[in-house]
Amino acid sequence: MTHRTLARLGRAYLGLILVFLYAPILVMAAMSFNASAFYQLPFSFSTEWYQKLWHNREILAAAWRSVWIACVVTVLATATGTAASIALYRHDIPGKRLLQALLFPPIAIPWLITGTAMLIFFFGIGIDRGTPAVILGHVALALPYVIVVVTARLATFDPALEEAARSLGARPWTVTMRVTVPWILPGIVAGGLFAFAVSFDQFVVSYFLSEPGDTTLPVLIYTSIRKGFTPEINAVSTVIIAVSMGVMLLAARYSKFGGDR
Amino acid sequence: MGGSLARKDRTRAALLLAPAYLWLTLAVFLPLSAMAFFSLLSDVPFGDREWHVTLDNYRAFLETGTYAALLWKSVKLGVTVTALSVLAGFPCALVLAKVIRGRAREAMFLLVILPFWSNSLVRIFSWAIVLRGNGVLSAAIDAVLPWDVRVNLMFSPTAIVIGLVHSYLPYVILTSYLALQAIDDSLIEAARALGAPRRTILMRIILPLAAPGIVAGAVLIFVPVVGSFMEPRLLGGRLGTYYGTVIEDQFVAVFNWPLGAALSFILLAVVLAILAAASPALRRALR
Repeated sequence: MTHRTLARLGRAYLGLILVFLYAPILVMAAMSFNASAFYQLPFSFSTEWYQKLWHNREILAAAWRSVWIACVVTVLATATGTAASIALYRHDIPGKRLLQALLFPPIAIPWLITGTAMLIFFFGIGIDRGTPAVILGHVALALPYVIVVVTARLATFDPALEEAARSLGARPWTVTMRVTVPWILPGIVAGGLFAFAVSFDQFVVSYFLSEPGDTTLPVLIYTSIRKGFTPEINAVSTVIIAVSMGVMLLAARYSKFGGDR
Repeated sequence: MGGSLARKDRTRAALLLAPAYLWLTLAVFLPLSAMAFFSLLSDVPFGDREWHVTLDNYRAFLETGTYAALLWKSVKLGVTVTALSVLAGFPCALVLAKVIRGRAREAMFLLVILPFWSNSLVRIFSWAIVLRGNGVLSAAIDAVLPWDVRVNLMFSPTAIVIGLVHSYLPYVILTSYLALQAIDDSLIEAARALGAPRRTILMRIILPLAAPGIVAGAVLIFVPVVGSFMEPRLLGGRLGTYYGTVIEDQFVAVFNWPLGAALSFILLAVVLAILAAASPALRRALR
């Protein structure tokens, strides 16, 4: 086999993988515009399910809750995570490696374990299930992502710039806000978008921590699917996929996911 | 003077670090400790319930055999999904890293990992629509094949495996790609110039150098799959009882939290053992 044929085969294979990754999502999106309530073919175009969605109070309330929880989580995780990244970058702290290692459990331990552990602990100390518990949990899950992304951006920052500002008489707060933060802003924005995505797409932890009847969108979708699914869920799912892919495309503009520079 | 400045610096660093790490302590580390404690209780210590410290929950795991069998079933599911994902994902990463160049590569790379950041629940749901009887897959196969076939993969172990591979495939593509990209092309050129056949180049140069990335991807897939419960529930129906779904039941249906905590903790032990075994490769992959 020549090199050219091999390369062509490789490209075809990559195309197949992309079909596998996107086909079900596209089918779901198409079916949300199909008039039949039982996914019957042939396809006939209709926006009925989106109109129904617009009048479904339960879904709208859950969607709104998901969005504002994700916004609160984004602000909290980005602020605390950026502060921690700057401290880890700027100071030679004893136990730095341990502090960095502590970021992995929230990412590496299955959410089923973290989620049930949070449920036990929050219930035990009286926070109980509900939106505050969900926010507490989401921020903890998003923090490591923010710290990793902002730290990666800080690696490109020259400490001599801080030194110069300081020697010109700038106070520490001024140095941080006028020199360091503007430089790492793309990293902070990307970290914030990751935090939004982690919270907005989070199902497992929300599932254990939210109050029945007062849930986020993914949890509502899960409980509705288990009762039997309708094209209305297709419609809302299509909207969710569009939102989270849009957020990630934005994040990709600000950081390169560790790919090509 | 220098000492006081250093102390000031240390205070400042502590103030910057405190919010993030206190948060992680409150929402991750204390809960995990609380779960360890709960797994040793006879009943939940709320209200005026009677409780005492016991090993009964762990004994239940060892003696009944049902839970151990389900854990084994989940481990086998994890192995199947991981193996399929590595087999399908590594060639894909190889094409991305060594065949496609420039802007096309950037775009392809983004396309491959974009689904990984979209809602996993929704993606599993989308498979439910594709795989159900009289669904799109069935109609597509019917349209291609001349004879009448009824394809209904929904509520089968196959459906669970397909859904999970779809969910986690981007991980192994991502980690393998990063490892492959770090391989110097001149190394491959040199081997080719010396007359090494493609097979040898793959087996003796590319695979050994990319191994940490493959292992990292495999671990990132295996760990969440062993603890999965939503995917088996939605795609497996009544056949979808796995270790994760049993834990879910203890917390949302049966309300036997101490048993659930013990089962979770056993799963955590399995996960930590795997992470520890893979940690040299993981450290090399993440640098």
